[in-house]
Amino acid sequence: MAADPTLPTAASTRNTPEPFPRSRRWQPVFAFWATQYKRTWQGNVVSRFLMPVMFLLAMGLGLGSLVDSSSGGVDGMPYLQYVVPGILAAQSMWVAMGESSYTVLGAIRWQMQYHAMLATPIGVADILIGHIGWVASQIALATGIFLAVGAAFGAWASWWVLLALPLTVLTGLAFTVPVFAFAATQENDAGFSIMFRFVMTPLFLFSGTFFPLDQLPAFLRPIAWVTPLWHGVDGNRDLATGSPDWLHLLGHTAYLLLVVVVTGWLAYKAFRRRLVV
Amino acid sequence: MTSDEPLIHASGLTKRFGDFEAVKAIDFAVQRGEAFGFLGPNGAGKTSTMRMVGCVSPATGGELRLFGLDPATEGPRIRARLGVVPQKDTLDEELTVEENIWVYGRYFGLSKPQVRARATELLEFAQLTERARSKVEPLSGGMKRRLTIARSLVNDPEVLMLDEPTTGLDPQARHVLWDRLFRLKRQGVTLVLTTHYMDEAEQLCDRLVVMDHGEIVAEGSPRDLIREHSTREVLELRFDVDDHAELAGRVDGLGDRVEVLPDRLLIYTDDGDAAGEKVHAAGLEPLSALVRRSTLEDVFLNLTGRTLVD
Amino acid sequence: MTIRTAAPAAPRPGVVSRLARVLPIPAGAGMARILVERNAMAFRHGWIAFVTGLAEPILYLFSLGVGLGALVRTVTTDGGSVVSYAEFVAPALLAAAAMNGAVFDSTFNVFFKLKYAKLYDSVLATPLGPRDVAVGEISWSLLRGAFYSGAFLLVAVVAGMVHSWWALLALPAANFISFAFSAVGMFATTFMRSWVDFDWINLAIQPLFLFSATFFPLATYPSGVQWLVQVTPLYHGVALERGLMLGEVGTGLLVHVAYLAVLGLVGLVGAARRVERLLLS
Repeated sequence: MAADPTLPTAASTRNTPEPFPRSRRWQPVFAFWATQYKRTWQGNVVSRFLMPVMFLLAMGLGLGSLVDSSSGGVDGMPYLQYVVPGILAAQSMWVAMGESSYTVLGAIRWQMQYHAMLATPIGVADILIGHIGWVASQIALATGIFLAVGAAFGAWASWWVLLALPLTVLTGLAFTVPVFAFAATQENDAGFSIMFRFVMTPLFLFSGTFFPLDQLPAFLRPIAWVTPLWHGVDGNRDLATGSPDWLHLLGHTAYLLLVVVVTGWLAYKAFRRRLVV
Repeated sequence: MTSDEPLIHASGLTKRFGDFEAVKAIDFAVQRGEAFGFLGPNGAGKTSTMRMVGCVSPATGGELRLFGLDPATEGPRIRARLGVVPQKDTLDEELTVEENIWVYGRYFGLSKPQVRARATELLEFAQLTERARSKVEPLSGGMKRRLTIARSLVNDPEVLMLDEPTTGLDPQARHVLWDRLFRLKRQGVTLVLTTHYMDEAEQLCDRLVVMDHGEIVAEGSPRDLIREHSTREVLELRFDVDDHAELAGRVDGLGDRVEVLPDRLLIYTDDGDAAGEKVHAAGLEPLSALVRRSTLEDVFLNLTGRTLVD
Repeated sequence: MTIRTAAPAAPRPGVVSRLARVLPIPAGAGMARILVERNAMAFRHGWIAFVTGLAEPILYLFSLGVGLGALVRTVTTDGGSVVSYAEFVAPALLAAAAMNGAVFDSTFNVFFKLKYAKLYDSVLATPLGPRDVAVGEISWSLLRGAFYSGAFLLVAVVAGMVHSWWALLALPAANFISFAFSAVGMFATTFMRSWVDFDWINLAIQPLFLFSATFFPLATYPSGVQWLVQVTPLYHGVALERGLMLGEVGTGLLVHVAYLAVLGLVGLVGAARRVERLLLS
């Protein structure tokens, strides 16, 4: 029987890495999620890319032809140009909520990747920033692709639509960050299906994506104003149709930022409570 | 079928997965009322054999009969008379403890009043009465195992098949489980089990076969196997060296046989103390020297040159 | 542990099981309904997820029917009648609800039971066989689909979006949709390796949902694409429900029924065979 290879035991052979600066500790977290993604991107990229395109075709062109022939479009513009900026904002919500629900709970409870990270010099804030940064990059990617596809179908009336990229990423973050906070309080995934059914779907259908808010009963409109999605939809539409009202846009941006900051603080607290015990 | 005919009879039983031969033409017979074991390391072909006997895996070759019936054609009729405890608990985590037994009984065609009465008895037997309304997930490993056994008894099986019944349980939970299996045996239930723990095989089995690489390498009662394939005692020596093999030559001849393990030397002899004295007389200074009785582990080591648990 | 229960009586096969016996399908014991019973028992612990699944089609109905309906006003159906947009879209959403309910159950839930809970491993250690597993799960999906479509129909009727007595047949028609999709869904699930593969299910369901003449009539599609739409399964479900709920009834509807029934049977046989291959190797 051969001898086992001997383990290095002398202190001189140890290879302790140099401590690295605090400000860069989120980067390995970001890199970790990117590595994970490399294993699963195929199915994901197709559904993420095709879903909004299908909605564009079905709603913008198919349904659009009905709307345009019945009422001559919405507010004087073809339905395609009306609805596609809304779908752009809605898709950032899909990506945001999809990427931050099961994954976050899994990293806390099932695969426990967060716990593994916390056993290293990485801290709770680094985990949050790195992971949210990763989701933001995914939203940016999906938005960029969709902007190009929309252009091919003539869905944008103005170059100002390029500014919709940062606004859409911000809209997505206004969903990502609260969902992080929510996921960190959950014991199992039952709450997510409730969230998708009673938050995501109603927002998608009633936040001015498909028809102007004034079609809603008056008492429902203020609810739409509070949701991040309406701010993204309305801002995107302003930019894409080439008539940006800068004061409005400033308001939308400020509101979305407020949501991100407040829920970011809640998420940090929830993560600490869950992971540092 | 007559009463002295074996309950389970296999001859030339073979299982192939593609090119890999998991079970190589084995023969065995299990008599009514006995506790019969398959002992062997992981990958010896024990589970494949159990799955064929449980009629959930068709044999590739040879003959297999349970209660005189052919699994290939009479699967449902045979399964109706078997109780199966798989290696991993397959409890229904969407249901409560008692519901697990109810539903399982219904799969055997028992009526609702029958399964309820039966569940009460079985939960008592498995010492789970207080957890009847609990979900399955929070139960401890030992409790889940007992529930799986209780569930497998719902149809009052003639043969209970247990695949690695105590793997992964802590020592106390294992003893509780062995106690329950003893009771079943006393009531005349035929037990067929696989294990890679020699203590389990010694505790539970009247008769066992030792399996390795898909073949049966020995058969008999635990006591007979030890007598035939090992010595009465074993002297275990540990030295302060990197490789115990270098010392093997120096203890050669101090007993009937020497085995070298990574962390110790085993000297097989009928008188362990005498061998220990010879070790000292030879000028060797082990860190520790221990004399113990031979076990099935030693039988296995002798037969295959390998240990059971690695 | 001293009382010995009487030997189990030979179970009498249920109706669906007896039907399934005429198919070239692996063995079963005619006890699929026990699996349905097991699912009903589990459902009592998880009814919230089940019941809230109803919300989605109803939200779509009000968003599209009412909100968008004000922009679209009326639609000329492929059958030639002019109806409000809500009336036009309600039957399609009913068909989609039947599809979604059935697919969710026969894919996600079945995959979990197959790969993680190992439910079928324990079922197959009893007298039940692979046919019982397939028939049982598909029957359960059917019941689930019937619940969703029934509740949806009720909402549509109360909201005044249904005007024909033929709509009474919309419910049995929805069963054919559920059957086709749950059987094919379960068949497809037996090929899945991990949750990642479920992206492909979404990828199949989404276009069906959007492009089965669901939200706009077949005549709106470019003529080269129309035949493609007519080959897909949900189109037949939508056309069937729309014909019944708008009272545009003709023998042509039987074609849709036949399409869905054949699809369902193919899925059922395939699912049972795959379960046998996966678990009884």
